[in-house]
Amino acid sequence: MCGIAGLFSKSTSIEEELGAHLSAMLSQLADRGPDSAGVALYRDPAPAGSCKVSLFSPRPDEPWEGLARELGAAFGGDPEPDVRSTHALFVVPAGGDEVQEWLARERPDLRVMSVGERIEIYKEAVDPRDFVERFGLSDVSASHALGHTRMATESRVTTEHSHPFSTGLDLCLVHNGSLSNHNRLRAFLRGQGIAFQTDNDTEVAAGYLTWRLHEGDELEEALRGCLRDLDGFYTFAVGTADGFAVLRDPIACKPAVLAETDDWVAMASEYRAIAVLPGADEAQVWEPEPGRVYSWELATVT
Amino acid sequence: MGAGDRNVSSTEVAGESVDLAKTSVRELNQRLHDVDRAAPGRWRVSNPNGAHSVAVGLDADVEVEIDGHVGYYCAGMNKLATVRVLGNAGPGVAENIMSGTVIVEGDASQYAAASGRGGLVVIRGSASARCGISMKGVEIVVGGSIGHVGGFMAQRGTLVVCGDAGAGLGDSIYEARVYVRGEVAGLGADCVEKELRDEHRAELADLLRRADADADPADFRRYGSARRLYTFDVDNAGGY
Repeated sequence: MCGIAGLFSKSTSIEEELGAHLSAMLSQLADRGPDSAGVALYRDPAPAGSCKVSLFSPRPDEPWEGLARELGAAFGGDPEPDVRSTHALFVVPAGGDEVQEWLARERPDLRVMSVGERIEIYKEAVDPRDFVERFGLSDVSASHALGHTRMATESRVTTEHSHPFSTGLDLCLVHNGSLSNHNRLRAFLRGQGIAFQTDNDTEVAAGYLTWRLHEGDELEEALRGCLRDLDGFYTFAVGTADGFAVLRDPIACKPAVLAETDDWVAMASEYRAIAVLPGADEAQVWEPEPGRVYSWELATVT
Repeated sequence: MGAGDRNVSSTEVAGESVDLAKTSVRELNQRLHDVDRAAPGRWRVSNPNGAHSVAVGLDADVEVEIDGHVGYYCAGMNKLATVRVLGNAGPGVAENIMSGTVIVEGDASQYAAASGRGGLVVIRGSASARCGISMKGVEIVVGGSIGHVGGFMAQRGTLVVCGDAGAGLGDSIYEARVYVRGEVAGLGADCVEKELRDEHRAELADLLRRADADADPADFRRYGSARRLYTFDVDNAGGY
């Protein structure tokens, strides 16, 4: 099981209410993945020379103001924490790699969920319906977003094991399925300098994409590489700064539905998660073919 | 009139209406199970919105028209009833159908009519992977194309594809008949092309007429089992 939802706005009205629409989609997929939920929102680009960092602390009383002062001392400016449940978002006047290195050194107790110009990842090991409430997703605007509801099969139920997984600056991956060759591939990727935080199979797919992109592949090329190098079942959705991409393995046991109107493009594990969107009745609806990369970018659909 | 002889192109509005925005699928199905067999009537279901298991387990000569897209397992285990989906169907539509007719006006997702023992399943659009997997007597007519491994381990019945078929068609097929009008990306293990004789053209013509599908039987190719993967005894041919 597991549920995937992706929504991409083609109109201002959808963009303004994207969080509410995504929440409705995730709630429809709650019984496909009651163990945990997560989202990657693409919104409010950081000013040039700055980056957005989404952090998770396992401490419920994390003093985020203290971290804000430390970040200010290290990188200048006056970073303010935007706190959502167990997560906080900071805009830091420095490059993403630089901030990540500092955090790994100074605050290894914190989990970096995402880094980039637009991306914000939030995830938690709670029921998806509780998740959208706790994180106040209904009030959020975004140009596009991915969401995931997890029914764990391959590894533990924790916030760290939840999806989406970051695969690099402004990139993330959500997955429905299970991979069979993740142990060997993880060992190989560690040898290539890719770091892993968990024993989760999806994180290996995320690490694989990070590696391919670092080696110079374009996103579509990297995804096509999955068809060759990943063994297992998967429907993947990948979020990028400008859009998202979808890939199903050639056996295609895991479901996926795509739909498009003049106002939005949506991807979900099932149509019932798309039916909650405005104008779904009139949408063009189709099932993505196995082994084929589908992608949307802001520039190409406006 | 047998279920297979019913004119499936009829679109008359049902007499009884159920709105799934107000009524649960469980209640709808219970009411459909409880219909008066002497006068089962016509039902119209609105707002399915991708719900699972709509009109499952019917066992009367009732007609059900569903106005929209449905999720998993619509019209599963159907007996006698005619179920028409005015939209797309999710995975497992008409799974294990015993008799009656199921019509999907749009596309069907994977394993349509899986394990079907009888009846007629018509998909006017396309069907994705594993259409007719392990079919055991059902007749399936797809107006569009089918995905990979159509008719996988098919044992009995007929699969007609007016468009193209994906890779691995008829993999490990036993005794079902497969007809494809368009391109076949590749045949599965032990599936071979066979001669299209008069009796096959007649079977096709009858099936296409009952499915209200506009195609010329002469344009199809026939595929079936080479019978090398299982212990086939010609003395038992009548039993298959």
